[in-house]
Amino acid sequence: MKRRSLKFYKKEAAAIRKKILIVSHRAKTPHIGSCLSLVEILTVLYFGGILKFLAKRGTGFEKRDRLILSKGHGSLALYSALTEYGLLPPRFLNEYTKNGSFLPAHLTYKPSFGLEAATGSLGHGLPLALGMALAAKYDKKSHRVFAILSDGECDEGSTWEAVLAAAQWGLDNLTVIVDYNKIQSFGRVKDVMDLEPFAKKWESFRWSVKEVDGHDVAALEKALSTIPFRKGHPSVLITHTVKGKGVSFMEDTIDWHYKNPTDDLLEQAIKEVNASL
Amino acid sequence: MRIAFQRALSRALTKDKNIIFITGDLGYSAFEPLRDNFPGQYLNAGVAEQNMIGVAAGMALAGKTVFAYSIATFASMRAFEQVRNDVVYHNLPVRIVGVGGGFSYGHMGVTHWALEDMAIMRALPNMAVVVPIDPLETEAVVDFAVRYRGPMYIRLGKAGEKNIFKKPPKFSLGKFSLFTNKGDVAIFGTGSLMQNAFAAAAILYKKGINCRLIGASSVKPVDAALIKKIGAECRLIVSLEEHNVIGGLGSAIAEVLAEKGAYSTLMRLGAPDVYPARIGSQDYLRDTYGLSPDKIALSITRFLKKKRGS
Repeated sequence: MKRRSLKFYKKEAAAIRKKILIVSHRAKTPHIGSCLSLVEILTVLYFGGILKFLAKRGTGFEKRDRLILSKGHGSLALYSALTEYGLLPPRFLNEYTKNGSFLPAHLTYKPSFGLEAATGSLGHGLPLALGMALAAKYDKKSHRVFAILSDGECDEGSTWEAVLAAAQWGLDNLTVIVDYNKIQSFGRVKDVMDLEPFAKKWESFRWSVKEVDGHDVAALEKALSTIPFRKGHPSVLITHTVKGKGVSFMEDTIDWHYKNPTDDLLEQAIKEVNASL
Repeated sequence: MRIAFQRALSRALTKDKNIIFITGDLGYSAFEPLRDNFPGQYLNAGVAEQNMIGVAAGMALAGKTVFAYSIATFASMRAFEQVRNDVVYHNLPVRIVGVGGGFSYGHMGVTHWALEDMAIMRALPNMAVVVPIDPLETEAVVDFAVRYRGPMYIRLGKAGEKNIFKKPPKFSLGKFSLFTNKGDVAIFGTGSLMQNAFAAAAILYKKGINCRLIGASSVKPVDAALIKKIGAECRLIVSLEEHNVIGGLGSAIAEVLAEKGAYSTLMRLGAPDVYPARIGSQDYLRDTYGLSPDKIALSITRFLKKKRGS
């Protein structure tokens, strides 16, 4: 596989970050922090060539790898990545959450644009991904299924029902990426519902586990290039991330799960993202 | 009905490899043939209904037609949000199959009584709700479900239901079965309770009262044309269901009659809007709540007497 340069990834990540900031500022929608922690993960998945056959048109598109963003409140990050990637027409993003538009703040379903499933209520995406992965196995199709989960939705019982079943069914065509930014809706994960020992939990459910820094594009690329981590087992990549990553005043705070920047703060945020290049 | 369902589904699975059956760890002494004969089309999702419905939706997103099976309460209620968001919002060909509708699991207790499932499922946009009246119609519903594209909730009885249809019927969504069309009283029945409609009509016939009998298995959409027609011709319409009187067949008929401004009066017979303190067999509970043949007949004669008196 062709390795992308750090510079290339940084440029794409910055472009996605700016889209998230500008569009959420315009739309006055929350969850900016949850979107920003996802940026490098999505950058590597789309621009690192991890998701295969996505750019194909016609019947070739059927062979594409599927990505379900189970943390549906991170929709704007996915819309931004898909727009940057060229699968989602820019006019859709421009109309995000406007009256009569098609893109809500929790994910909508439009598979032809790479939006494989509607999510928003937590704990739904992984069972959906299991169904897709199982259908691919039954049909002897080689495409893979990815699901991105938040740490908060690992509180949901349905997530763990699916974790249990995926190993039972030997779904090595399924990869979970956990955006472990350590802050959930109303507090720090360790204070609200501690997930640790997190990797051990997945291991004990018979998943093959790797952990990386979720903002280290080289580490993400390396890990995601080696899936399945173990044949016959589902893979989980626990990515340690920072909520609000890339904007100093948004990083690692609960506030930017809810708040929206003023014009001045937006300008400062964009400056910081530009300075990262 | 379980065996009829299994038989019809086996035919469908043989014919079409794209059909999948998922069970929430149920089917002892009924579904062994599905498990043994259809590897690659049969899946036991374990005792985890939320995941089961999510998986069913995921498979349907990948192009499968999926029958997801559990006890009616668990299938419709435990995984309700998965049914709503994953199946119905995505408008997928998943059939939520609930076994043991109404008081089928009478002595098992209230946790196993499906008395609200029809109302809950009926409220979902574009969700078809079907409650076959006998084993023969169950097979027809499965045949229909294989071809239909939208989401469906199919509520089955349990075991040992008698056939009402003389020969295999054809099922169409939004069409009721008109068995007899003579008389001033019409009984619309769902599920195996339809047997009691026939038995009540026999009692009433001896008293000189003719009843029209309508099998109302298509609870959503209902056969609005037939309801309107009968609503204009009959003095009394009776809805008969093993379900809370709120939100099921009776409510669906009431909606049509009220909007039409019908001549008929509607009597809703079903479970009362309260969880009973005493348990018992299906027949015991039917009788307790006025759904046995005698009690149905009594409710109708009382109404007619009162009408005559007024």
